[in-house]
Amino acid sequence: MGALVSANALTRYFDIGKDQRVHAVDGVSLSVDEKEIVGLVGESGSGKSTFGKTLIGLHSKTSGTVTYRGEQLPQKYAPADFQRLAVNMQMIFQDPYSSLNPRMTVGEIIGEGLKLHMDLSGKEVRDRVAEWLERVGLNADHMSRYPHEFSGGQRQRIGIARALILEPEFVVCDEPISALDVSVQAQVINLLGELKEKMGLTLLFIAHDLSMVRYVSDRMAVMYLGSLVELGKADEVYFDPKHPYTEVLVGSNPEPDPNLERSRPSTAIQGEIPSPVNVPAGCRFANRCPRVMDVCRNTTPELIPLKDLDRMVACHLYT
Amino acid sequence: MSASSKQQKLLEVENLAVEFDTYGGVVKAVRGVDFTVDQGETLAIVGESGCGKSVTVQSIMGLIPMPPGRITEGSARLRGHEVLGRNAIDGKDIRGSEIGMIFQDPMTSLNPTMTIGDQIAEPLQVHRGYSYQGAFKEAVNLLEMSKIPEAAKRAKQYPFEFSGGMLQRAMIAMALSCKPSILIADEPTTALDVTIQAQILDLMQDLQKETGMAIILITHDLGVVARMADEVAVMYAGKVVEHGTVDDVFYRPAHPYTVGLKDAMPNNDRELQHELKPIEGSPPDLFSPPVGCGYCPRCPHAMNICGNRHPIDYFLGDHHFSRCWLHAEQVTEKPESLYVREHN
Repeated sequence: MGALVSANALTRYFDIGKDQRVHAVDGVSLSVDEKEIVGLVGESGSGKSTFGKTLIGLHSKTSGTVTYRGEQLPQKYAPADFQRLAVNMQMIFQDPYSSLNPRMTVGEIIGEGLKLHMDLSGKEVRDRVAEWLERVGLNADHMSRYPHEFSGGQRQRIGIARALILEPEFVVCDEPISALDVSVQAQVINLLGELKEKMGLTLLFIAHDLSMVRYVSDRMAVMYLGSLVELGKADEVYFDPKHPYTEVLVGSNPEPDPNLERSRPSTAIQGEIPSPVNVPAGCRFANRCPRVMDVCRNTTPELIPLKDLDRMVACHLYT
Repeated sequence: MSASSKQQKLLEVENLAVEFDTYGGVVKAVRGVDFTVDQGETLAIVGESGCGKSVTVQSIMGLIPMPPGRITEGSARLRGHEVLGRNAIDGKDIRGSEIGMIFQDPMTSLNPTMTIGDQIAEPLQVHRGYSYQGAFKEAVNLLEMSKIPEAAKRAKQYPFEFSGGMLQRAMIAMALSCKPSILIADEPTTALDVTIQAQILDLMQDLQKETGMAIILITHDLGVVARMADEVAVMYAGKVVEHGTVDDVFYRPAHPYTVGLKDAMPNNDRELQHELKPIEGSPPDLFSPPVGCGYCPRCPHAMNICGNRHPIDYFLGDHHFSRCWLHAEQVTEKPESLYVREHN
């Protein structure tokens, strides 16, 4: 199967004043195959969301390219590009409280895409919205209500319905479950899985909950300070991490198993993710890395495939 | 008092009930909660949002605004002294002095117009009679104890100059400034990354070893519970539905809600991946709380009695109990997922 969406050396900087720029995404190449789910993990500030937004054109690209079905997408979207591409690429946002317009009814929110992109009568739009409300586990009567009348999990379902009603091929899910309770997380994950099966969706699943990403994804990509450090099959990356940063991430993820937790040494690392304004030379993880070498501080490691493993790692330990 | 037979614990909460007046009616947020915490022990209170975890600890701290809030029933005794509705015992303030608290969102829980050092120094001046200079010096020591680098410089900075993890450390320093016997941590790491979460949890454990304080940890993350807790109380709809040691609750869950929570999370067994089983529906409306078991409408094993009468305590071990009718002797076929006591 070929790549549906692929980013090539995608870069997005934000200028924040004289000679200062945030290196939010710095030369990330990642392709997502058709009907595949790629999980993207990393700490906050690692550029996951910016990557997702740049990928579908919500941010313009500083450099690099994105291709969709072989077509190179514009560097900066004009309104006509949004009009054309929004039918194929959509996004589900993290915060179900701030991503729904409080002054629109749920029917207006979900139906807005249909009105803009399809030539449908008002009744047809209402019918489709009603159908989608049922599909995401809500009630067709909910159409005339406002977002504040719903719980977090229900709002996330509204966000899902809004993103999927145009039946896009590619959806970026930006932390779709992190604002929800455990029992509700499973509801939303199962709903996404079910819709993925039925509609043949391709997903980029951004999250910081590693267990959930491993459960959901086919492949897992690990991002640190704007660049990819590891990429491979989700299970393999989780159980056999190669990059020291991935090791730290997996080790810090508390497991719901007291015996395991008692037997496991603490893997907390010192320090925090550095500011993306003054990106250190060499490997970006060098100043926190438990296995840092001299070369790490000077030379930036390339993302290279490992021998005998279906894995890409950017670390001098493997060069 | 006849309590001599029973050993007195550091904090004993009994049958606590709290309600709030709202425009929509009276919300019965907490409907009879009991637990005890002992010195050096960590109790985790687990449950979904809206189950009354935070209200429970806030009422012990005296942080419930009254009105609209009301503590209708129950007692909370710190070393045998009733603390509900009181500001002090033995001349010592409870809030900030005997019990310290850290909150979920460090960004909004600190005063943006005061330096970090001044904020940590404040409880020392209020409760311990320090001078400003003395308190500020102690604040720097506390920041060092919380492993904040360059503490002297950091103490003069404002909250916006700190990252989320650093603010949480500062909040821990503040909560521990008066050497409280209990630290209440209300979702202390929910807003943080896993790497920073691991640092904060390690810090809390180290400080507990040093000072012997008790920790009441409120969380909905079962991974955090497994790492930190000695005892676990599972709350649902304003009541404790299961209580036991951490091993009891994880390896011998005896309430369908506990089982449901565990099944809704991905396990990290490479060979054996179960399907995520969400708990369908949502928690009950506490304006008119259910007569019977609160979990009944979502429970896959609900029986007739569950909707009508609230279950009694069924003990499955010395400290392990579950409030679920499935443990009644009359129930012959018990669900496999549930731990049941062998009747011999």
